[in-house]
Amino acid sequence: MARRKKKAFPHKAILGIEALSVDDVRYIIDTARNLRSVFKRRRIKKTPALQGRTVLNLFLEPSTRTRVSFELAEKRLSADIINIAAASSAIVKGESIFDTGRTLLAMSPDLIVIRHKMGGSPHFLHKHLEIPVINAGDGINQHPTQALLDLLSILDRIDTVEGKTITIVGDIKHSRVARSNVLLLKKMGAKVRLCGPPTLLQPEYATLGGEIFYDLKQAVEGAHVVMMLRVQLERMKMGYFPTTNEYRRLYCFTAKHLKLARKNALVMHPGPMNRWVEIEPEVADSENSLILDQVANGISIRMALLYLLLGEKG
Amino acid sequence: MYVIINGHVIDPANNVNRKCVIAVEKGKIAFVGNRRNLPVEFKKADVMDASGCYVAPGFIDLHVHLREPGLEYKETIVTGARAAAAGGFTTIVCMPNTEPVNDGGEVTNFIRKKAQREASINVLCAGAISKNLEGKELARIGEMKEAGIVAITDDGHCVMNAGLMRRAMEYANGFDLPLFIHAQDYDLCMSGVMNEGENSVRFGLPGIPAAAEDVIVARDIELAALTGARVHFCHASTARQARMIKDAQRRGLKITGEVTPHHLALTDEACSTYDADFKMYPPLRTSNDRKALRKALAEGVLCAIATDHAPHAENEKKCEFEIAANGVVGLETALNVALSLVERKTLSLSQMVYAFTEGPAKVIGSAAGALSAGSDADITIFSTSEKTVIDTAKFHSKGKNSPFKGMEFKGKVKKTIFHGKTIYED
Repeated sequence: MARRKKKAFPHKAILGIEALSVDDVRYIIDTARNLRSVFKRRRIKKTPALQGRTVLNLFLEPSTRTRVSFELAEKRLSADIINIAAASSAIVKGESIFDTGRTLLAMSPDLIVIRHKMGGSPHFLHKHLEIPVINAGDGINQHPTQALLDLLSILDRIDTVEGKTITIVGDIKHSRVARSNVLLLKKMGAKVRLCGPPTLLQPEYATLGGEIFYDLKQAVEGAHVVMMLRVQLERMKMGYFPTTNEYRRLYCFTAKHLKLARKNALVMHPGPMNRWVEIEPEVADSENSLILDQVANGISIRMALLYLLLGEKG
Repeated sequence: MYVIINGHVIDPANNVNRKCVIAVEKGKIAFVGNRRNLPVEFKKADVMDASGCYVAPGFIDLHVHLREPGLEYKETIVTGARAAAAGGFTTIVCMPNTEPVNDGGEVTNFIRKKAQREASINVLCAGAISKNLEGKELARIGEMKEAGIVAITDDGHCVMNAGLMRRAMEYANGFDLPLFIHAQDYDLCMSGVMNEGENSVRFGLPGIPAAAEDVIVARDIELAALTGARVHFCHASTARQARMIKDAQRRGLKITGEVTPHHLALTDEACSTYDADFKMYPPLRTSNDRKALRKALAEGVLCAIATDHAPHAENEKKCEFEIAANGVVGLETALNVALSLVERKTLSLSQMVYAFTEGPAKVIGSAAGALSAGSDADITIFSTSEKTVIDTAKFHSKGKNSPFKGMEFKGKVKKTIFHGKTIYED
């Protein structure tokens, strides 16, 4: 892979989906697939592509999957890694991300991967520190690497999303996964449906590019892909819906719903799952489920982005 | 003793809008009129040439945060007053959310005395409605009135308890004090940081619906009807609010409202960069709201442009948008922004001057804001054609948190005169 002639990648950061062109997305997906096949052939899962480069993982919000996925991607590309997690960070002690960022810059990282509970923080960091940044999830704003790995997972099963109906169900209001996915899937030509309780899916969310449904059955009817989101129980306490049981009755994706979707419809979930809240275990574990593919593809997508942003030129 | 000549005088309170001369003696306006009618004793007085400039009553800003006592690292009475003078303001009303809060006579006295000693302009105080701005019990309003407050407000906080607000209105009536309303329903705002709508969806930031402001406006209009109180709505930001204020005025209620330069000039589109210099409460709204606010100002429904000057230290703004402090500085850019509305013919020049002088003076029942013979010679002389690029490094205010930084405008404050004395000169 590293020896192959590398096409120019016109970005210095991956902050959100909007900035990526259709060609950029295809390039990222192709690169991820190439890296994936290289590692599939190898017994030793390591390549020196990022040897001598330092990646700083700044996770200022608890994360297991995304953090581990990035770390594994970095290790496979032989980058040196600095991990800073929420509990150990000065941010908890009241330091702003500006000061934290400046301090960290003194360690000369080549790229920062940032997860933050507030929207726009990666943009802020990129603007003020002027080094490559990958957004690993910012508040309720975006989670671009998740959307890209979701797209790769879909494209492994169906050759294109163009003209396909993809339904995203759950707490759209607070979901960066949903937001990045809608933007990406629309960009790639899919028809997107959004579904959830009206308290978590106001009409203005249609401006993202999805059609709004409040009835799960209607939302999944004829869909090629159904993507369920994790519903946080904290939202219930804040009064967005009355009880978990009521949420289950209205929005839990079950085998019965799957039958309404297109034959062989794909089922996705970014994890972690609340079984029997937003998804029936039988469906989550069925042949239609891409849930484990999503996890595996996460490493490939993140390797691709790291490589494209940091790998040797040409 | 001197005479300001060759300027175009705009004094809406006295229906003056033409070239004429102003004679000043012992800190008072002695004469305003044609040069040939100038009283003989001024014929040989010094002249101040205002050629190519407009001459207006010193500007009044009803809404300023001076931060002293307690938060002097953000701004002091002196630096805030200097910024005001540089912006053409000779009278400002400072908000009570200092530390300690201005909720009793001692803090009012501290501010008034310090301002008289050290500031070159007229610093008036708004006292708190509730003790420590907590919205629970009434502040010592009578005591503050004796110390000289001109209004009461819990600005920065909203009195959520309608019963307490009713009592505050009734109580304030006894002193003929207006209530400045900061309208914000906390249960609707939640953790919002920008206007709720298409752009908050686009930028992925928690939103504050217009209704969070409007429901309190509606409530307080009805409470004003119930109590007969003088109610003034601070920093109106929604189209609906402008409409409600207009309707209330038609009902004959004593309702007034102000609007900030930033709400007149900007929209929530500005939050796209996550730059916290565009974060304030109420948040920047939609272009539809902005249009309605401009119209309401031109119609006089909103009678004042007030800056809501809110200085903050750099680190309080140079951070994550969601945790950044609310508010922007405005004293030194207000005229520029207002003139840009005149240039686009949203306002006439005389409507603009009204919103900086007679309009706000009426709200607090002040004699300032007019160039009447015998009144204090508080005068602002400005150009409408000179170019200004907003350079925050040159601000007199300690706060550099301006949403207009780097922008180019036409117009400039050339001279600010307080009680006859030039306190700022370009």
